[in-house]
Amino acid sequence: MKHLVLLIALTFSTQTLADTIIVQSTTSTQNSGLYDYLLPILKKDTGVQVNIVAVGTGQAINNAMRCDGDMLLVHARSVEETFVAEGYGEYRRNLMYNDFVIIGPEADPANVAGSRDVNEVLLRIVQAGAKFASRGDDSGTHKKERSLWQAAAIDPDTGSGQWYLETGSGMGATLNTGVSLGAYVMTDRATWIAFANKQDSTILFEGKPALFNQYGVIPVNADKCPNVNREAAETFTQWLLSETGQAAIGSYQVEGKQLFFPNANDNLNSSIELK
Amino acid sequence: MNALAEAFRLIITLDADLFEILWLSIRVSLIALAISAVISLPLGTWLAITKFPGRKFCILVLNALMGMPPVVVGLLVYLLLSRSGPLGWMGLLYTPSAMIIAQAVLITPIIAALSNQVIENLHQEYRDTFYSMGVTGRRAVVAYLVDARYALTTCILAGFGRAIAEVGAVIIVGGNIDHLTRVMTTAIALETSKGNLTLALSLGTVLLVLSLLINALVIGVREYAAKRQYA
Amino acid sequence: MPSPLLPIRISDLRLVKGDRAVLAGINLTIGEPGITVIMGPNGAGKTLLLRCLHGLIKPDQGQITLGQLSVTDSRDQQAMVFQHPVLLRRTALQNLAFAVPEIARSEPQRLLRALESVHLADRADQPARMMSGGEQQRLALARALLSKPALLLLDEATASLDPASVLLIESLVKTQSAQGTKVILVSHDQGQARRLADDVVFISGGQVAEQSPANQFFTAPETPVAKAYLAGEILL
Repeated sequence: MKHLVLLIALTFSTQTLADTIIVQSTTSTQNSGLYDYLLPILKKDTGVQVNIVAVGTGQAINNAMRCDGDMLLVHARSVEETFVAEGYGEYRRNLMYNDFVIIGPEADPANVAGSRDVNEVLLRIVQAGAKFASRGDDSGTHKKERSLWQAAAIDPDTGSGQWYLETGSGMGATLNTGVSLGAYVMTDRATWIAFANKQDSTILFEGKPALFNQYGVIPVNADKCPNVNREAAETFTQWLLSETGQAAIGSYQVEGKQLFFPNANDNLNSSIELK
Repeated sequence: MNALAEAFRLIITLDADLFEILWLSIRVSLIALAISAVISLPLGTWLAITKFPGRKFCILVLNALMGMPPVVVGLLVYLLLSRSGPLGWMGLLYTPSAMIIAQAVLITPIIAALSNQVIENLHQEYRDTFYSMGVTGRRAVVAYLVDARYALTTCILAGFGRAIAEVGAVIIVGGNIDHLTRVMTTAIALETSKGNLTLALSLGTVLLVLSLLINALVIGVREYAAKRQYA
Repeated sequence: MPSPLLPIRISDLRLVKGDRAVLAGINLTIGEPGITVIMGPNGAGKTLLLRCLHGLIKPDQGQITLGQLSVTDSRDQQAMVFQHPVLLRRTALQNLAFAVPEIARSEPQRLLRALESVHLADRADQPARMMSGGEQQRLALARALLSKPALLLLDEATASLDPASVLLIESLVKTQSAQGTKVILVSHDQGQARRLADDVVFISGGQVAEQSPANQFFTAPETPVAKAYLAGEILL
């Protein structure tokens, strides 16, 4: 039995390569195609081979806490800071941002398009008895969405399974569900732009500070996880934060639209201007 | 219809990404199958022909494990292979090896339980003769495996079909990493989540064609065996 | 050379199935070489007795010794041919080779001779299970004889076979017996019993009703039940 395990280990031993790292990542960065664009440039610049495991932010952080990753690239700032504070991460840096948007059917049955702020959007959805599809998976997007409900003093759980639909899935799967049901969904802009199954749904509400979406990057702490490839993780992190990396992020476009806005230099992000 | 056309286009243009993914799928599932068969066929046979207390219980457990959800298998293998898990030092998580292990774990009870039934039937027939000829132990196990080879082939192909169509376990332990652990099923899951439903469906069509070929093979093997009185 | 498994002594052999005593205290000594035919009506326990001798069934009670040996210890000197031959899903030759792997390795020509003896030399490489019933039983007999058994048991081995196969099997059994193998044969076929038997054991109701030399049994059976059986008055 032991021989068997070793045999398989030899069949495919890729992880032992010195310059290969695993990044536990949020799904939006993968689904939007950002990595397909960035990683070949990185490989050419630094020789580092990056393997992306795209899961929700919550699962990404949990996986990294079990040392199953050399780096984190996620978007839930408070959780990220706790992760570093508890010693799992070396440090956390702002990497880039974009924003969340509220999408829904063009007909907009709850008339959210004319809302003044996010609170009003949510209130109108509830009052109109419209459906809302939520990630429900403890991801960065999900955490953000829950904080918005809280700010609006609405408890969506009372409508769980009736109008508040928690898919427990990734952004893409949730969008598929939402679009099919004519439900409202809060999604990051990048995933929405790259999403190919929009049908008759469209962005109905956007551009408010409350919808700001900050991505952060954290190398996993080698003191906690002796197996991490600290050097390569550091190389990738610094490359992302460098002018080259930031410029590469800024130049990624889908259908002529920029999806991510580099902001490694702004570690306060007090007043980011939304497009 | 679009999906069919797209699937056809991907195949006839020998789309490089498609064939990389398809080849990895087949390779992973074949190796998982080989490992599983080495364990499950003798196990199923041994359970069919050996009498010991608790044998019925073992078969019951085996049959129950047949229905184990792939996600649970994936989770167990993940916890085992996680760098903080007992086998973390091997560095297998997020590699094809991890997917092989998960698939092998998933299909071993299936092949063992199916082969157990095949061999039990054959044992009804052979038992007295083998006793009379003094054939026991390892010699008996090998003889049963050889004589039931055609029926066992269909068990094995059933295991392969299950392995290659499986997504829940491999996405957890493989991580669906592009050019490393992305197989047909995880690619379909990804394309679906990107909303590329046509591409997802065309990949599904390719997988379906593969499954059709496997099943045609199963039927072919059965017919051949029946014709030659080997079944 | 007489068989080392003689005499066969069976004492008070009992076997209960459900609430019926299918073997109800069999006492029997077979001391003479040659061919012993076990006869009796259906359900008398003939086959069960044979299976007990071979060790396929453990009796509930009673003793069996063969020469100095127990059933278990004598097993590798016994061979049995069943009513329905069970052949492996392989060629005729491979079936023989499987039964006697050592001989197949050291004297493979013996396997071919065995096939010749049952008139199957030209079928060596055919799948055994595609052969006719008679051919399959001949192959099963050849397989049983390859191990040169001291005791050969045949359980209605020629029932419903073609006449040519029956005669061939009978002549081989006779030859084998002449070479010193003790043969015990269960048969319903009175003609066959008359042709082969040196002595007859008549069983009825799970007990030995009569044991006599063959000529005496067929000319003047002692028990009424044997008389009735020979007269064809007992079918069941």
